[in-house]
Formats: sequence, C-alpha cells, structure tokens
Amino acid sequence: MSWEPVIGLEIHVQLKTRTKMFCRCELGFGDPENTRTCPVCLSHPGTLPVPNAKAIEWTVKLGLALGCEIAPHAVFHRKNYFYPDLPKGYQISQYDQPLCTNGRFLVPGPDGDAYVGIVRAHLEEDAAKNVHVGGAAGRISGADRTLVDFNRGGTPLVEIVTRPDLRSAEDARIFLQLLRQTVVELGISDAEMEKGSLRFDVNVSVRPEGSSELRTRTELKNMNSFAFAARGIAREIGRQIEIYEKGGEVDQETLHFDPTREDAPPLRSKEEAQDYRYFPEPDLVPLAPARDLVERARAELPELPGQRIRRLERDYALPFYDAEVLSGLPALAALFERTVAAGGDAKATSNLVMNQIVAAGVDPAVVDGLELAKLVEARGRIPRAALDEAIAASGTPGFRADDYTADTAITDAEELRPVVERILEGNPSQVEAYRGGKTGLLGFFVGQVMRELGGKANPKVVNELLREQLGL
Amino acid sequence: MIDTLRLTAEDAAALLEDGEVAAAELHGAYLEAIRARDEELHAYLTTVDAPEGEGVPIAFKDVISTRGIETTAGSKILAGYRPVFDATVAKRCKQAGLPLLGKTNMDEFAMGSSTENSAYGPTRNPWDPERVPGGSSGGSAAAVAGGLAPWALGSDTGGSVKQPASLCGIVGLRPTYGTVSRYGIVAFASSLDQVGPLTKTVRDCARLYRIIAGRDAYDSTTVELREPVEIPAAEDLRGLRIGVPRELNEVEGIEAGVTDAVRRAIDLCGGLGAEVATCELPRSVEYGLACYYLVAPSEASSNLARYDGVRYGLRAEGNGAIREMYERTRDEGFGDEPKRRIMLGTYALSAGYYEAFYGQAQKVRTVIAREHAALFERFDVLVSPTSPTVAFRLGEKTENPLAMYLSDVLTIPSNMAGLPGLSIPCGLSDGLPVGFQLIGPQFSENTLFRAGHALERALEFDFVPPRLAAKDRA
Amino acid sequence: MAITRDEVLHVARLARLALTDAEIERLQGELSAILDAVGKVAELDLSDVPPTSHPLDVVNVLGEDEPRPSLPVGDALANAPSREGGFFRVPAA
Ligand SMILES: [Mg+2]
Ligand SMILES: [Zn+2]
Repeated sequence: MSWEPVIGLEIHVQLKTRTKMFCRCELGFGDPENTRTCPVCLSHPGTLPVPNAKAIEWTVKLGLALGCEIAPHAVFHRKNYFYPDLPKGYQISQYDQPLCTNGRFLVPGPDGDAYVGIVRAHLEEDAAKNVHVGGAAGRISGADRTLVDFNRGGTPLVEIVTRPDLRSAEDARIFLQLLRQTVVELGISDAEMEKGSLRFDVNVSVRPEGSSELRTRTELKNMNSFAFAARGIAREIGRQIEIYEKGGEVDQETLHFDPTREDAPPLRSKEEAQDYRYFPEPDLVPLAPARDLVERARAELPELPGQRIRRLERDYALPFYDAEVLSGLPALAALFERTVAAGGDAKATSNLVMNQIVAAGVDPAVVDGLELAKLVEARGRIPRAALDEAIAASGTPGFRADDYTADTAITDAEELRPVVERILEGNPSQVEAYRGGKTGLLGFFVGQVMRELGGKANPKVVNELLREQLGL
Repeated sequence: MIDTLRLTAEDAAALLEDGEVAAAELHGAYLEAIRARDEELHAYLTTVDAPEGEGVPIAFKDVISTRGIETTAGSKILAGYRPVFDATVAKRCKQAGLPLLGKTNMDEFAMGSSTENSAYGPTRNPWDPERVPGGSSGGSAAAVAGGLAPWALGSDTGGSVKQPASLCGIVGLRPTYGTVSRYGIVAFASSLDQVGPLTKTVRDCARLYRIIAGRDAYDSTTVELREPVEIPAAEDLRGLRIGVPRELNEVEGIEAGVTDAVRRAIDLCGGLGAEVATCELPRSVEYGLACYYLVAPSEASSNLARYDGVRYGLRAEGNGAIREMYERTRDEGFGDEPKRRIMLGTYALSAGYYEAFYGQAQKVRTVIAREHAALFERFDVLVSPTSPTVAFRLGEKTENPLAMYLSDVLTIPSNMAGLPGLSIPCGLSDGLPVGFQLIGPQFSENTLFRAGHALERALEFDFVPPRLAAKDRA
Repeated sequence: MAITRDEVLHVARLARLALTDAEIERLQGELSAILDAVGKVAELDLSDVPPTSHPLDVVNVLGEDEPRPSLPVGDALANAPSREGGFFRVPAA
C-alpha cells in the first residue's frame, strides 16, 4: 500500500511593534532580565490590559495576506492555566471569535498552484521566558529551580493555524518559507527562528493514498529551523507508516524536540487532557474592525511573494526556478525588473542577476537597471574578466557600463587588421611553423595582439582576423 | 473641637476653605477618633501618619492599590504586599488634594456581605458592635458612620457599597459600570466591579463621585461621562417618575421593619411631587442571584489565578516542584470564601459545564438588562429596600453561605445590568438603619443624586449612631 | 445538583488548591447546595437570547503603540518572595 502524509502547521509570529500587546513597555531583545516590565505585564493586582492598536492593524493586514475573512466582531478570551511564565494565570488569546478566519494561501510550485487553507489567524500575548537551572544543562527535566524573566512576556503574537493541506515535508518547508517571507515583507515581524520570533508546531498523520480519512496525529513541538522541521517530519512520517504496516496503531502524543541538540531524539508525552476554561475577557471590549479600514488595508496590500513568483513567470516567460529564486530576494527581483524594463533580455538578465550579481556580493538595491541592461547586452562580446570587473563595480555610485564595454574591447575588424598584420610580419618563423601544422601557436599570436593593444581587443574578432590572415 | 461624628465632607471642606481649621488639624482629629474608637470597630487595616494633601481626608477600602502602602484586599495571600503604583482613583484623589487616612477592612477579595470574611478579623457596626457593618466594604462604611473618616471609597460587585451603606446608615453609590476606573482595584469580578463613594450625605457622594469618575486610558472598559456631575440642591421631586418594582419590594425575606421604613419613604416621594407607580421585574429578581453566583465566581476563579507565589504576596514552599508551591501557597493564602468561589467558578467554566452555567448566566444577564431597560421607558428611577434586613449579628450567617448570599438579592439585579444605584438611609427598624435603594438607567447619577438629596432633606435621618453620640456627650 | 468527591478533587487540581480532607468534604456539600441554587438559570429557555459578557456597548478601545517607561528592576522585584539576580525564582517548573 502506498501512504499519503497529512500535515498541518500551527505557527506563532511575534509582531515587531514598539510596545507590548497589552501594556506600553517597550520591546527589546537581549535586555537585562526584568527591565522591560510594569505592573501590567507583571500582573500586579488590579492591573488591566489595553490592546495595542498597531498589533490589531497588523493582524488584519496579515489576515488579508493569508486570504482570510476579517471578522466584523472579534473577541479576546482568557485561556486559563498555571505556569510561571504566565503571570496572570491566563493568557489573553482569541477563541471562537478570532480576527481572521477561513483563508487560502497561494503556494506556487513547478507543477502549478497549490493553496494551503488557513483555519484562523488570531492575536494573543506571548509568555515570559523561563530559564531552568541546576540539574542537567538547562533541560526541563532535572532542573532544580526555574528563573523567570518577564521582558518578553506580553509580546504581541499572531497564531496561524493551517488546514492539514500539506502532503510532504518539502511542501511544509516551502509553505513556511513563503509565509516567513510574507510577514517580513509586510514589515510586521522579523520572523527569525533563532530569536524565537517565528516558531511553529507540526501535526502529522498518514493515510492510505486516495483515502480522505484523518488518522491519529502526533504533534511535533519546538521546531527551530526549516531544515530541522523537514527532517523531523520525514522521520515521523516514516515511523507512522512503519507502525501501520506492522499492523499497529499510532498513539496520539506530543514529540518535544530539544532545540539545543538536533541529534537528540524527541521526548514523547501523552497529550494531557487540558481544560483551559476559555471565557470572554471581561477586562476588554470587543473588536469591530471598521469595514472601510479593512478595505483600504486590502487595497494597500503589497504584492505577496507567492503572487510575485507567478507574475515573474508569466510576464517574463521565466522558468519557475528563476521566478522562485528572484522572488525570494525582493531587491533582486526589483533589479531584474528594472533591467528588463531598460531593455535587457529577460532570461539573460535573470541569469546574470541570480548568478553573477549574487556571487559578486553586490547590493541589488543600488544597481542602476539601465547600466546593467547595457552589460547584459554587451556580455557576449566583452572579455569575461571585463564583465566580472564591471559587475563587481555595478553597485558603486556613478557606475557606467560604457567604461567597461566600449573602452575594453575593440571589436571593429578594420581597426584591428593593421595590428594583426604587423604582428604576423614581425614573427615570420612562427607563421611558418603554424602553417606547417603547429596550430597551437594561434594563442601566441592572440597574446601578441593583446599585448600590443593593452588587452583592449575583442578576442573573438582577433581570432577571426588571425585565421583569415594565416589562411586557415 | 471637631465633631468627626457629625462633620460632613462638605462642611469639612468649608472649614478648610475658610481657614478655620488646618488640614493637619483636621487629619489629626480623625486619627484621634481612630485611636479612640477603632479598637472596637476595627474599620481600618492600615492608617497613614503623614499623608499628602491639603483637602478633606479620605479612607480607601483595602482593595485600592496605594503606592508604597500595604494593600491586602483583606487576604493573607497579599500580606505585606506594597504596590509600586497607585490605582487611578487613588491618583485622582491625590490630585484633588485628599490626604489618605488609611486602608479599610473588607471581606477577603470583596467576597462577602458582612466583612466577617476578612483574614484580619471582622469589622463591627458603629450602631451596634454586636452586629456586622455589611460588606464587603464594611470597613469603609463603619469608618464613615463611626466618624473615623469624613468619606471613603469602597467597591461594589454585587452590592458591596450599597449594602454596607444601608446597614451603617450612610449614603453609598454604586456608579454606572464603566464610569469609574478599575485600574489598580484588586479584581473580584471584572464585568461587575465598580468603585463607589461612601458618605454621610448625598451631596458629599456627588462631590466624591465627581473626583473619581471619567474615562481612564488604563482601563479599556471606561467611558466619558455624558454630562458633568452636578452637586444636587433641589428639594422636591416634581416631574420625577418613580417605579416600585413589586418583586424587589416583596421578595421573601424582607423584614417587616424594613418594608415599613421603605413604604414611608415611598409615600414621602409622592408628597414631594413624584409620580409613583408599581411595576414588575419578574425575571431579574427571580434569576438575578443565580446569575450573579455563576458570573462573579467564574470571573473570580480566573482573576485570582495570579496569586501564585511567584511575583508578590505569600509563598508556601514544599520540597517539591512548582505545582506543590502553587497548591500550598493558594491553600494557605486564601480563606474559605475565596476558595469556595474559586471552586464554584472553576467548575462553572470547565469543559462540559460552560454552556449550562456560564453561558446560560450570560444570557440571563441579557434578560435582566432588557427588563430594566423596558422599565426605564416609563420611569426615571426604580426604588426598593437596599438590603432585605438591617444589620445582623456577627456569626449569624457565617455557617450558611447561601443565607449570606441572600443579603444581596436586591442589589444584584441592577448590578448585573451595569446600572447605577444609590442607597440612602430612610429610617430605623429596631433602632438599626434601613437603606433605600434608588436605581436609574446608565449614566443617570445626576438624577439619582437629585432625587436622593431631596428625599434625604425630607427624611431628616440622623446619621450619627446614638450610642456613639451618647458616649461623646458623656 | 450533587457534585461528586472526584469532581471536587478535579476542580481543586485545576484551580491549584491543595485542599485538606475536611475541606473537600465540606466543599462537596456546600458546592452541591450552591449549584442547586444557581442551576435555576437552566429553567429559562434562552435559545434566542444573545449573551451579555459586558454591560457596556462599546468596541475598539485601544492604546497607541507609544512606549511608556518600564519599572526600575528594583521595583519590579520589590515584592518577589524569592529572586536570583534580576530573575524571579521559583521551584523547578
Ligand atoms: Mg497560541
Ligand atoms: Zn509592561
């Protein structure tokens, strides 16, 4: 039997607002512990949350980018549980009336469009940071005490839940990368996994190919990189298939990965039946995003990476691979488009931009498209070294392609012919040897011509002239 | 010689203004009264020796956070806790120049109707020290009635300002929900909690409400007042339409002496020119108490989760991990009533029970609000007794939580609807004060003050407890 | 409406209350009586009635994303039962 993986994701994205979700402590990274706190985010008695307007605006923006419906009436709920990183004993989150629901996120692929369904995207507050000390090297199990730093506590966090629409670890990786790029381009999060501003959990199950059942799933927690997640997913798919093929059953459990040690096997735990006792947060009034503001935000949405891939393919007849690579670096894509608009051939420009510009480490944002178009046009007739030199210099202010194309290479045969004739006249014995069959001497003549001209000759034209003169 | 038993805040302000008394002298007179009488009454948990401000001194229920001054909410779990910030109402009183006399006793986390649930011992009623002052703002009510503060702030969730005002023979306002900031008020039930004044007169009440009311950027559930607060002066009730809801006046358990005093006050309203008619609030009264005892404990179970021994307050540590610390801290720190309500609320919110309990109670809340709104199309004010009984004896109801809960049966319905309510003393029953409750639509405080003031003038109730007046003369 | 001893224990665990046996027994009786009384709300058919979670009819009360000063770390930790450096310290979580 062949098996089909069924994968869903739950992603947490920290917003990069200036202040926290429910108080106005300034957000930072790497500050000394408990220096970014106030009575509200320490949950002192009597303190109350005041929602961050910017965080709500950005969640709506993200919801629109995910193709979600924006609720006309959304409510914050309390999610009740005890943990030292949760100072109120509840997290303010959203439950059955989230801001964004029912979305559809385009994931272009080489074989056509795929869409990942978005169940919901809601706004909540991040927990504080627990440091487990004593015992075995910071591991939860075996620590003898826990230290709490509330600096991060209360950071606005958007939770995105997908439908189980992904069918492979690779699909999941592509989706996550595209999603990451989307939030970064929206300017609402730096979405860096190393800093914890992008985190995700993965739900995995498998089913017989062609069936539509949903079997028991396991949850993979604490993923710290796309590659790590892809490996973890692939391994879990394999494990579940093996269990079924041996006639067993998969248990519902959670696999906790150790983010500090990629080689460590995950800790398994049965899912404890949680009872979060959600109820509407009485300290807050409902959200009712104004319809005209939502529509304006929709209109002002920038082109999203997924759409950009499709447009680059369509408008420039680029292969999927080129479109994906270019789109992945928006400044590169922009340079590509500037250059083509100035007359550069699309495919040649794409190659030059993706390979040489990137390899030379030039900042694509500062390159003049018109000058680059001239280089693209001249690339076949100027020496490789000159082209490399030109590309390396293309990011410097006042760069002019003509300095490298026009001056470098004399391509006019009539201008070169007297020089070629002079060299042949000055080396009669080599000419004789050549005519006698030592054709390897061609390089010698090219070298002599180049030396005469200080290298500023088109080698292709020089070659042609030499062959013509030598009569072969 | 300042007679703190009789001096109103308004009179005190006049003395200060005219330079007849210095602020320190006034403050000293109250501290002297506290020294003389608070050993018996136990209205205060903390007093302040050198307060700031040149105005009329004030006492705060210990639920109001005061920077640097211990704030316990009557609970052992907050023993020694000194807030690093002022509640918004505390800040506004400071800005108005009111020096703080101290923090008053209360039922733990404002859960109770007698102030017997304080972890620091009960407060006694100045009219009869064998009796309770009501609760949960019993300390504030006793302080004002006993001449230990010219005025005070309390908080009211199910009736915790109105009911002790009634039992202590003074004036208490539960404001429209959302007109007074809850920022810095130790939370009991967020959708119900509201800070209100306890004063000797309706005019004092309006003056204090004017200081504390208004939108606060730190409390997203506050709104601007619709109109400025007026200090009432009218002496009649002409043009006022008064509804007397049958159920609020006839529900089982109202003492005969209470009914008589309230009847006389209602008759007086007619004499002052009001149109008086009976009306109905059938479901509000029948289901209000049940609704309240689902909504308030549910919210409380969540609001009290922050008392976990991590950041402030009591910690009881065992040898085990975090869970043991939580459980021991909360077991040792909370008294019986908070535990009972945390358990009840946790149960009502838990999986499988939410719809039948919390969800259904929220719908009942809609029914109650609609019933009141319909009456306010015909009436400006609804009236009833504030409490079904006069002050009861200490210990009388402590063994039976349900009996204690019934103390608030008349104050709860309008609270559930977010409506303002004013309690003024309207007479005596067996020598103990009876409270008269006036309820209005949202933001109708000015109407309540006008009506309350006119009635107060006509009733000529003497707010000085006779036994204390006699003592002072002796 | 009677509540069982197991339910009392379950709720106490959710609420992080270490109750004594005497407390459990007393609460079982008291909670049963209270639940009986409050269960009265179920008598009403309110299928068409919307819930009220808030007495005020307002929406969108928000704060601008403008920082205000945080507490000095000494104030943040002033009431802490136990600390270590700038951290709050608790038993192993
Ligand atoms: Mg979440
Ligand atoms: Zn803060």
